[in-house]
Amino acid sequence: MAKVLCVTSGKGGVGKTTTTAALGAALAQAGEKVCVVDFDVGLRNLDLIMGAERRVVYDLINVTNGDAKLPQALIRDKRLENLSLLPASQTRDKDALTDEGVERVMGELREKFDWIVCDSPAGIERGAQLAMRHADVAVVVTNPEVSSVRDSDRIIGLLDSKTVRAERGDSIEKHLILTRFDPARADRGDMLKVDDVLEILSIPLLAIIPESLEVLRASNVGCPVTLNNPLCAPSRAYIDAVRRLKGETVPMAIPSDRKSLINKLFTRRAA
Amino acid sequence: MSVLTFLKPRGSSSVARERLQLILAHERAERSETGRPDLIITLREEILNVIAKHVTVERDKVQIKLERGEGVSTLGVDIEFPVDAISKAKPKAKRAIA
Repeated sequence: MAKVLCVTSGKGGVGKTTTTAALGAALAQAGEKVCVVDFDVGLRNLDLIMGAERRVVYDLINVTNGDAKLPQALIRDKRLENLSLLPASQTRDKDALTDEGVERVMGELREKFDWIVCDSPAGIERGAQLAMRHADVAVVVTNPEVSSVRDSDRIIGLLDSKTVRAERGDSIEKHLILTRFDPARADRGDMLKVDDVLEILSIPLLAIIPESLEVLRASNVGCPVTLNNPLCAPSRAYIDAVRRLKGETVPMAIPSDRKSLINKLFTRRAA
Repeated sequence: MSVLTFLKPRGSSSVARERLQLILAHERAERSETGRPDLIITLREEILNVIAKHVTVERDKVQIKLERGEGVSTLGVDIEFPVDAISKAKPKAKRAIA
């Protein structure tokens, strides 16, 4: 049965789009049929992170309004044939999304794919609430920093009250992905520790994504980090997250890209 | 740099944690006041209207408190009215029934 996963956070700039692309690609790499959906109407960026910005013809609004059929708007990934993108509109605003339209499109997506990964806009208003509305699973993306943790708490409250599942009296599966984590800073006492964030938000941890240049590199070239460099630290963390989402038990670790001195000298010379 | 520098707790993350725990406890309580931030105001208005049918009370003499405890919350209603308000109230109440 298809699963709808919403990537959300409340606060902007914490890594929702990066996480959507990385999880979507890693799920597809694991053999699942995946569609990543951009709900950030007016400020779309998932197309850019996926490297499909020049292939957008129709978007989510065109489909919800009935101006285009779903297959016309879906963009199939050039690297993974079982990965598709449904882009957001860049010219319309969030009010152009109707509740009924979104419900119908989510239903159609459920018939075609195993996983539908929705990238939520920042904030707690209509756009964010529509992105989470039909979710079975939610991934809350949080930075180890006070404003991000506070906003995540708000979002968790909304997940428990404003989703179809919550309204039916069912629970919604919630997971935390801690992004931009720096173990050295946390050890020095300059950054919230993993346990601090977990204690405050009290939802289960799905992954710890270390702060890494690889995330920036992947976005520069328009490729999900898990595809661009599957062996780098953030990719390993995202790939473990996907295994956990699929029900595997994987020990939690904070992957690191720390290189030996010889390795460093070698890569510098090679560059 | 003095000896005191070494005695101070390391880093600022413990401050962050404490501030977050405090503000979130407050915000969660506000949110979960049966999920309605305006609950107190609604209760106050409706209770006042019921009482005003029978006795005359001044709006600022009505205090409504909602206290949250472990598992149970208590609603305290404190209404102050003048001595002669009750004696006057009887015929008024009869009229209301009739």
